[in-house]
Amino acid sequence: MEHLLPAIELLLQPAVIVALLIGSVGGVIIGAIPGVGPAAAIAILLPTTFIFEPLVGLSLLLGIYGSSMYGGALPAILMNTPGTAVNALTTYDGYPMTRNGQAQRALGLAYSASFFGAVISVVSLVVLMPVLAKVAPMFGSREIFLAALFGIILMILTHKGQVFAAGMMTCFGILLNTIGMEPINYTQRFTFGQSWLSSGVNLVVVVLGLFALSQAFLLLSGSDKHVEPQKVTGSIFSSMREFWQHKRVAAVSSSAGVGIGIVPGVGEFVSQFVAYSYASKTSKTPGQFGKGSPEGLIASEAANNSVPAAALIPLLALGVPGESLTAMMLAVFYVHNVVPGPQLLTGQMDFVIALYIALLVLNIFALVFLLISTKSLIKVISIPNRVIGTMVLMFSFVGVYSLRNSLTDCLIATGFGLFGAILKRLNIPIVPIILGMVLGGIMEAKFRSAMTRIQSPLDLFDRPISAVLIVAIIGLLLMSLHSAVQQYRERCT
Amino acid sequence: MTQKRNSVLEMFRRERQRGDFVFAVLMLVFSLFLLFSFPSQTSRADFTAWFAQPTLWPAIAVIGMVVFAALNLLGSVMSPRIPGRLKELRVWLGFAEFAGWFMAYVFLVPQLGYLPISILMATALLWRSGYRSGRMMLIAVLMGFFTVLLFKAGLRVNVPGGALYEVLPAELRNFFIVYL
Repeated sequence: MEHLLPAIELLLQPAVIVALLIGSVGGVIIGAIPGVGPAAAIAILLPTTFIFEPLVGLSLLLGIYGSSMYGGALPAILMNTPGTAVNALTTYDGYPMTRNGQAQRALGLAYSASFFGAVISVVSLVVLMPVLAKVAPMFGSREIFLAALFGIILMILTHKGQVFAAGMMTCFGILLNTIGMEPINYTQRFTFGQSWLSSGVNLVVVVLGLFALSQAFLLLSGSDKHVEPQKVTGSIFSSMREFWQHKRVAAVSSSAGVGIGIVPGVGEFVSQFVAYSYASKTSKTPGQFGKGSPEGLIASEAANNSVPAAALIPLLALGVPGESLTAMMLAVFYVHNVVPGPQLLTGQMDFVIALYIALLVLNIFALVFLLISTKSLIKVISIPNRVIGTMVLMFSFVGVYSLRNSLTDCLIATGFGLFGAILKRLNIPIVPIILGMVLGGIMEAKFRSAMTRIQSPLDLFDRPISAVLIVAIIGLLLMSLHSAVQQYRERCT
Repeated sequence: MTQKRNSVLEMFRRERQRGDFVFAVLMLVFSLFLLFSFPSQTSRADFTAWFAQPTLWPAIAVIGMVVFAALNLLGSVMSPRIPGRLKELRVWLGFAEFAGWFMAYVFLVPQLGYLPISILMATALLWRSGYRSGRMMLIAVLMGFFTVLLFKAGLRVNVPGGALYEVLPAELRNFFIVYL
């Protein structure tokens, strides 16, 4: 409570409110346009936010992050095309409802579930904050290294069917982070005698290439096949009332989003699938799932919208981002010399609480905006892909060039744009590259300082959090090995 | 025995896209190149413990890349192939065209100015994409204009004024350099 009033005071700055408004409205629009996605938008806007105060810049990016999933539900329900990747599960039940002439019902349920999930996650995390503030200082270098390692292993293992590709991309990300002058011993690493590589590869340039430029290349070279969205008639409010009949599913799904969202490297997809499986297993009408079940729709939307607030926890408490969007936000902290980690949670609790209230406010902005503009947004969904591609290409220029006016940065971003476009065509995940780059740097620094205090491997177990993390890592590896062995046995029999 | 070996290898089966094999081979070759370059591209520090060696993390990354790239290639070989490798390579080469457009944009902005090139870029790209009606050309002009208005005049992002602006009269020159 003592931090609440100063936090609200921080938020009441006009610049923060404007940033939140632009971010949440912009996020809904960006989410509603299939093919852009919050990652490209955040990548483009990232260098622009460096000129703002940290809270203003972060509010803008959080606005896009937190509200894009609201917008993404719109084409998922009306066109069977998810606006953002995490809205894919929404198509399962949202689109069949639209085909049955219940588009407004599906939209009302999706908006209510999204809002409910976001509010539950923000409230539960604000309540949990004092506990986190006590636990976070127990994380020293050793624990932060292990948490980052746990996140990386989990991220690789959650890419089912693409584990080796994800591992390869993670290692590539770690390598990218090591390029240039090593800061302790001043030795060159993988610079190939090129002076422009001595200062390393800039994370923002890689992010812009992989997320924004690659998307522009894909949109511009793809077809403009377009599905006309269904018209929405009737009131969305009546279906928002129906949402309360499914409050159990919404509450469990939101809790799954919060619980899973905190774990680095997992994120929206896993929480959605957990929530969706729970909803279908406990439903009285499981046969309706995939054919227009309101519970299925609520489970997927509540779970994905409760993740952003939770995903900020490892970033703020430990300085360890759990997925690509929070990894990009880490750059805003670094530029302003704000070091996320235990000190931030104990020393600048007002700032942290302000971020969470900002998340709550942006959800209100997003919901109000959607309720008054859903019918107009349908026109935005219909913008042809190549027109969007042209816009993304032009905006990407601003992102890359405005960083340092460097031609080299633009060339590197273009290279990563081409690489990212090929990876997307092959369905190979690109997020591991970014997490490898960010977590690789954290692991290198923390491992170095942690090992100075370790005499024997047994020392790793002398602190409770460190011991728990090691057991978790070993357990995770054993579990995946066990599942591989089981798979092998099934094939043999 | 052969059956047992086959079922082990079949565990590497996964979904495979067109061009997957080419990419898997290229990544393995790239990883091996990095591995062989390792001795010349890194150097150990004297009087430094193993965990603080500047070579440690590049070694972890490169060895990890080689191992995962080899396993990824094995997965590609074991998975059912979807024909159309050459067609996919043509798609990849198609991306290079738009990379060229982007680099042309980057080269021309400092010469001709952000506003003229943004308008030119938007109209040319929409023309290239097949949108050639008067309405779409007008939309392209507005798109270029508002992009500059939003980012340079509004958000004051760091994009230099074009060399071409130097020929403008003094009163206009300053305005163009700062805002457009």
